[in-house]
Amino acid sequence: MIKKDSSNILTIQGLHASINGTEILKGIDLTVRSGEIHAIMGLNGSGKSTLAKVLAGHSAYEVTQGSVLFDGSDLLALPAEERARAGLFLAFQYPIEIPGVANTQFLRLAYNTVQTRRGKEELDPLEFDDFVREKMKMLDMKPDFLNRSVNEGFSGGEKKRNEVLQMALLEPKLSILDETDSGLDIDALKIVAQGVNQIANQNNAMIVVTHYQRLLDYIVPDYVHIMQSGRIVMTGGKELALELETHGYDWISANKQSLAGVSA
Amino acid sequence: MSAVLQSLVNQPYKHGFVTEIESDIAPRGLNEDIIRLISTKKNEPEWLLAFRLKAYKKWLTMTAPKWQNVHFPQIDFQDISYYSAPKPKKKLASMDEVDPELLRTFEKLGVPMHERAALAGVAVDVIFDSVSVATTYKQKLAEVGIIFCSISEAVHNHPELVQQYLGTVVPVGDNYFAALNSAVFTDGSFCFIPKGVKCPMDLSTYFRINTEGSGQFERTLIIAEEGASVSYLEGCTAPRFDTNQLHAAVVELIALDNADIKYSTVQNWYAGDEKGVGGIFNFVTKRGLAKGVNSRISWTQVETGSAITWKYPSCILRGDNSVGEFYSVAVTNNYQQADTGTKMIHLGKNTRSTIVSKGISAGHSNSSYRGLVRVAPTAENARNYSQCDSMLIGDQCGAHTFPYIQVQNSSATVEHEASTSKIGEDQLFYFSQRGIDAEEAVSMIINGFCKDVFQQLPMEFAVEATKLLSFKLEGSVG
Repeated sequence: MIKKDSSNILTIQGLHASINGTEILKGIDLTVRSGEIHAIMGLNGSGKSTLAKVLAGHSAYEVTQGSVLFDGSDLLALPAEERARAGLFLAFQYPIEIPGVANTQFLRLAYNTVQTRRGKEELDPLEFDDFVREKMKMLDMKPDFLNRSVNEGFSGGEKKRNEVLQMALLEPKLSILDETDSGLDIDALKIVAQGVNQIANQNNAMIVVTHYQRLLDYIVPDYVHIMQSGRIVMTGGKELALELETHGYDWISANKQSLAGVSA
Repeated sequence: MSAVLQSLVNQPYKHGFVTEIESDIAPRGLNEDIIRLISTKKNEPEWLLAFRLKAYKKWLTMTAPKWQNVHFPQIDFQDISYYSAPKPKKKLASMDEVDPELLRTFEKLGVPMHERAALAGVAVDVIFDSVSVATTYKQKLAEVGIIFCSISEAVHNHPELVQQYLGTVVPVGDNYFAALNSAVFTDGSFCFIPKGVKCPMDLSTYFRINTEGSGQFERTLIIAEEGASVSYLEGCTAPRFDTNQLHAAVVELIALDNADIKYSTVQNWYAGDEKGVGGIFNFVTKRGLAKGVNSRISWTQVETGSAITWKYPSCILRGDNSVGEFYSVAVTNNYQQADTGTKMIHLGKNTRSTIVSKGISAGHSNSSYRGLVRVAPTAENARNYSQCDSMLIGDQCGAHTFPYIQVQNSSATVEHEASTSKIGEDQLFYFSQRGIDAEEAVSMIINGFCKDVFQQLPMEFAVEATKLLSFKLEGSVG
């Protein structure tokens, strides 16, 4: 399971974070190496989405303790846009609608911003058009999507596909998928999972936040972490998700004592 | 509202500086003698003095309107100087002779007019304070019979045209500020497009208020004869002052049969500081008469400046099948107040009007859309479509919509749509998570919001407007 040559992409130590004075994350430790896929599961309110937002730098959350190293540097010292440029990507649970802004315009700006940061050439509108259409095929998206306003009037499935398309364009080192499966029917789920699997390689890593085992049938994790009340209470391999599916979250509460300390 | 938003909106006014040019200023105050002085200074014919005096007498019987959703201290009209002109050293034969100080002012504004005129093919009638100092491209336009000059010149060289049309769309007693303007206007633009002529270039005027404490009362008159068409651009900016400056302009447009007038404005006068001190009071009456059959009047405005904006560019659709359009973006920030909109008066058969209004409020500002759609009993099959969208940045500002609809003909179709949205933290987070900083994000969101209006602007104006909006809202988001 652990690849010998892999390097640490993300190292979280003792992370505490709160919103409006209420502590949500109460000491998270997690290490993610390149080539790995981690699933984070847990009930509503366990803090999984908060963890995703805190890592991405949402200004509503305050980190009160702990450290996060991303690709060797202090992630928490960077503003959100710098984290994104450094290769951290969050696929949103609820992607935002931006009326009047064409998708192609938005995607190109995001792409060129990240490219510039990496010291690479920007693409002009024509070059970008070819490039993005190629990526869209992978996600079975219609060309008219490019001229529509960002996420405006998109179905749940279209929004999630748009997130994965952006992930494919920006080629992040670490992708965090925040309940990407929610609101998707099984066909859409398969397409999205396929896209994610094509993006995953030995040089990047993924954190997949989800409620359900269902998504993990298609995106197979190396590790499964269970969160409860702002902590990771259990860590295991992909079979842990199946156990959870069978026994429910109550089973965790009963067994976490004995299983604690197994964390990777 | 986060600190990023705050810092974006609160940049100092870029165009705030005073040009030092000697001015010939009338004593403060308003009475018949002052009006006679203006008329004498401008060497006007008797009929124009009569026009002014009639307006002044009307004005004396009127009171300032109170119905608008803006608040300001009472204006002391006796504390304003009604005439101010740069002292002409000699007659100017070319641009080279224009005061270099004045030229530098335009440079600072990013309007190198001679270059701009040449490169963009725009004829610029430059207004500095109240008197025209240079007019370009006049000759080229004259070849096709177009008259484009200051209204003072028109009064002397084409008195019959001015007398025939002046005050026919906005009568001297139309409203308080229009009456004031009619009494004391000092200069402005005149444009006449004869029968069948399509004006080969966009006509453009840059207005600029200088001299502290002087009122600015422009008068613009544009006439398009049968089958003629013209696109007119008005751009404004003013230097920074702490005392409020009154601005009360009147613009009249007349379109005869099959004529087409497109009037575009970008307004960026000094809006006061971040505490609401200073700034221009902008009380403008703009109205177009679609007099002939199949005529069209189209207003596009981007209003970003002034402490107070009170402005309703309107269309009277008298000719059968005539068309009226109003496209507006109004941005308010800090303590700015805007009450703006339009009136579409349908009189002729099959008349159509379109209203697209986009209001953006940030800081502690308040923005109101106020619009009247009236369908008269004579207006068979009149149609109107109105869309009023508001966007709020932060939680200290306000947006209001006051639509008035009066339909007196049962064959009419009137549609009104309205929406309110907010640039929120989550929207900005989405952009920043894609590597895009707040400034660029706001600019993109706002430009997307205003797209329907910006695409009505001539190309170079659209680019300017886009930049201006981003600049105005810098610091308001984050």
